[in-house]
Amino acid sequence: MKRYLVATLALLFSPLCWASNGYDYPIDDALAATVVGTPKEYVAELPKKIRRSEKKVVIFPDREVKKFVPRKALNYTLVRQKHEAPLVFCIAGTGASHRSAKMLMMEKAFYQAGFHVVSLPSPTYANFVVTASTTQVPGHIVQDSEDLYRVMERIHEQIKGKVKISEFYVTGYSLGGAQAAFVAKLDEERKSFGFKKVLMINPPVSLFNSVSILDGMLEDNIPGGLNNFNAFFDELMDEFTREYTKLENVDFNDDFLYRIYQDRQDEIDPARVSALIGLSFRISSSNMIFASDLLTNGGYILPKNHELRKTESTTDYFKVAARISFTDYFNERFYPFYRAQQPGATKESLIRATSLISIADYLRSADKIAVVHNADDIILAPGEIDFFRNTFQSRAHIYPKGGHCGNMAYRDNVEYMVNYFKN
Amino acid sequence: MTHSINLIRSLLLPGMIGSLLFLSGCSGVPQKQAGETPAQYSADAVVRDDVTYAIDEYDPWEGFNRGMYRFNAGFDRYVFLPVVGAYSTVLPDPVEDSVSNFYKNIFELTNLTNNILQLKGEATLDTFWRLVINTTFGIAGLFDVATEMGINERAEDFGQTLGHYGLGNGPYLVVPILGPSNLRDFSGNIVDSVAFNAIDPLDLDDNNEERKLVFNLLNAIDRRHRIGFRYYDSGSPFEYELVRALYTRKRELDISR
Repeated sequence: MKRYLVATLALLFSPLCWASNGYDYPIDDALAATVVGTPKEYVAELPKKIRRSEKKVVIFPDREVKKFVPRKALNYTLVRQKHEAPLVFCIAGTGASHRSAKMLMMEKAFYQAGFHVVSLPSPTYANFVVTASTTQVPGHIVQDSEDLYRVMERIHEQIKGKVKISEFYVTGYSLGGAQAAFVAKLDEERKSFGFKKVLMINPPVSLFNSVSILDGMLEDNIPGGLNNFNAFFDELMDEFTREYTKLENVDFNDDFLYRIYQDRQDEIDPARVSALIGLSFRISSSNMIFASDLLTNGGYILPKNHELRKTESTTDYFKVAARISFTDYFNERFYPFYRAQQPGATKESLIRATSLISIADYLRSADKIAVVHNADDIILAPGEIDFFRNTFQSRAHIYPKGGHCGNMAYRDNVEYMVNYFKN
Repeated sequence: MTHSINLIRSLLLPGMIGSLLFLSGCSGVPQKQAGETPAQYSADAVVRDDVTYAIDEYDPWEGFNRGMYRFNAGFDRYVFLPVVGAYSTVLPDPVEDSVSNFYKNIFELTNLTNNILQLKGEATLDTFWRLVINTTFGIAGLFDVATEMGINERAEDFGQTLGHYGLGNGPYLVVPILGPSNLRDFSGNIVDSVAFNAIDPLDLDDNNEERKLVFNLLNAIDRRHRIGFRYYDSGSPFEYELVRALYTRKRELDISR
């Protein structure tokens, strides 16, 4: 009898225990979480291997192919169930492909829950810029989301004979999260999919604010400025080498970083971690800016009318691109380009058009859209997290920590993400 | 990567020399083209001689290397990956693991010689015991019992040995099919391969051409199978530079430990 009583009490109190324990994602520091991600033992239980098919779709058959990037088709992934099921479109974050680690994680989670999945690269990923972007000047959320929508329509045409789809969902992380909302809004007019549910994961409020923050993380944290980058990088590598040598039996992976974090938690220099995050973003944005310049013959980094040969060195162009911030690109390339397209556009109007604030009324009333975020997300300007609280109210699920997408693979997060579409 | 050299030697050397001659005609240096006008941020104005750039590596054969990088990407896409894909569809995972274990075990010989050459006592002993345990209890290396017992692999090759004694990288080199390397590491691979053939633990010498071919082909497939890298997956127009830098830094790390 007593045993039953204890069991019943435990059951009764388990939600309470859960609540008091709260959220157990292990990394408290927002910067570290962003870099380290979710350590292995905390990752949700997912199938080790699933059947994915890498597919291609041609969006602009007549587009001229450049020698240096001879690609005509956009790559995406299809993960399908044998039976009829809902299909989730997943949109990757800034600069990421449809095969990024986070996308693979989402594919597994949604597949396990019984959905079909289509993984799409970010419109800022070079293959997308080459094959599927209308303007080939990426970064304009409205334009990029229209391009995404067209891609989704083509993919649907391509697969609908083979895959039985009951209804459509869309989700994305980081910039892909913001695009998911714009895609959903576009669908209200075009109605190709009639999305039942939309989930935004760690989206920026204002693209411009977020990229300014990321630009600053690199530029403000290298002692002596970018000309000293090499010295900074060497020092970082030396330190890395010391850790690597110490941990004899550890290979390179997320858990290696987690071990460093555990060992050295108190000595970690936030400036350095910031610079590392800024560096990763800078490489993404350099890729995007140079690809765009190459494709549009923009004369920004590559000399105008210079056709890159297949074996030509681009190292010097990399050095140049790595010095250009996204903010520079916005002012010098993006703004003039869109002003020419939309007379009357100002910098302010462009900044607003590429932010969620421009569609806040829609977001407020669209019950089918929810957001998952972290209170300490590093890409948000101070106070921006409140935009989600105020706009989405009960449809905003905000975790106390996790940095930018660091906790995406954590058990609770995956469970929430899957259940949102399941229920 | 080391022992795929055998494969290259037996199958591809003639073609390789041909393409070398062909590609050596391609220069990597950007040249002015008719009708071009300077960029807003021209490299001439922005890139400075007095600044050291982390992305720079010694790469005098860049034109050849880039051509070979593209060739490798094509080979990977049209030959290597389809074969590896078929391999992993046909075989169940545990069998694939056993194939990997078998090759890792047989090439412990390379780890052993190089740990000895670097006078690394503990690592030499570890490698020795791994070889003994996995060959016996692991049934000819099909199972990696040693790792489960907590004796971990101490991978060393002759390129690392040379680096350990202070020899620099030499020019960066993209080797046909094998991919990123440098003159030191590629020479090291050849030495390791010659040493392995001299020991010839599986009796693959020249009377046994077929067995040798199967051994080398399966080795190449297994190695590719274990590597997650996909050409052009980074989506970066600078992938060549980024891979070059990563390869070089990773080797520095391996040599230092």
